Amino acid sequence: MESLINMVLLSLLAVVTIGVVRLRNLFAVIILGGIYSFLMASVLIVLDAVDVAMTEASVGAGISTVLMLTVLYMTRVEEAKPVHTPMLPIFVAGGTGAVLVYGTWGLPAFGLADTPINTHVGMAYMDLSIPDTGIPNVVTSVLASYRGFDTFGETTVVFTAGIGVLLLLRRGVSLARLRRKQQEEESKS
Amino acid sequence: MKLDVVLRVVTKLMLPFMLVFAVYVQFHGDYGPGGGFQAGVIAAAALILYALMFGLTSAMRVVPTWLVEKMIPVGVMIYGGTGVVSMFLHENFLNYDALDHHHTVHAQEWGVFLVEVGVFVTVSSTMIAIFYAFGGRGR
Repeated sequence: MESLINMVLLSLLAVVTIGVVRLRNLFAVIILGGIYSFLMASVLIVLDAVDVAMTEASVGAGISTVLMLTVLYMTRVEEAKPVHTPMLPIFVAGGTGAVLVYGTWGLPAFGLADTPINTHVGMAYMDLSIPDTGIPNVVTSVLASYRGFDTFGETTVVFTAGIGVLLLLRRGVSLARLRRKQQEEESKS
Repeated sequence: MKLDVVLRVVTKLMLPFMLVFAVYVQFHGDYGPGGGFQAGVIAAAALILYALMFGLTSAMRVVPTWLVEKMIPVGVMIYGGTGVVSMFLHENFLNYDALDHHHTVHAQEWGVFLVEVGVFVTVSSTMIAIFYAFGGRGR
């Protein structure tokens, strides 16, 4: 049953990807991107990674889609004709994909209990989470307590990204200015 | 869009549930999936939905730009501040055991709680700020 669900989800992902590549209408591409994220979230739920699935659904399908749509509002809906031939991108993408598939041959079978990730430090976290922190969700205890430094770094990354976008895009966008603009438009009409 | 009654009414009905869900994801992160990052994104999504339906001006009346821009560094400061406090209490940076030496489990729960609040503040305000920056530019 699980493999059937996986097959359906993965083939839908492939279909969506082909649609994204072939379509020239950017609005449709953005919506397909949102669908892709939701499918990916479903795949992650099947893989029992609910925390990642939740992030994918809210960030990938929610916020990214909305931000892309606001950007689309500033540009044209139709994608411009490509100037170069797509041969080099196809080669790079195909090559990277082949290397990744080759890499999966070296991985242990999915869900195996005696792999290094499931025996050493991973198991230690599973055993210690409740006595150390009293938090049953090991993802949270690892993220916020054991690896608090990493999450601090991630928060700083989000902070830096926000500051960067604001420095590039914000030119005194405030409520007062928007109101003035609105009033000007109203007085014109 | 302003005349679309169905969308406006449904949005108004959904907004409180979205915000409560964000709070749930934030505080239930210890027991189920979720945490500050996801909750922040959901809270930002609620405000962005409001902005999409009722216009950027009404959204900025609820959460003004200056507040959003203050919140971005404040979240990082809450996170880092938790670490600095544990340093002052003779422990390593971000070692929450320092918050309560007698009940370290309790201290850990407090530390995780504070840190997640910091993540929530930074993530939600960054998402809103980026949306404001894009949406306020116009064509």
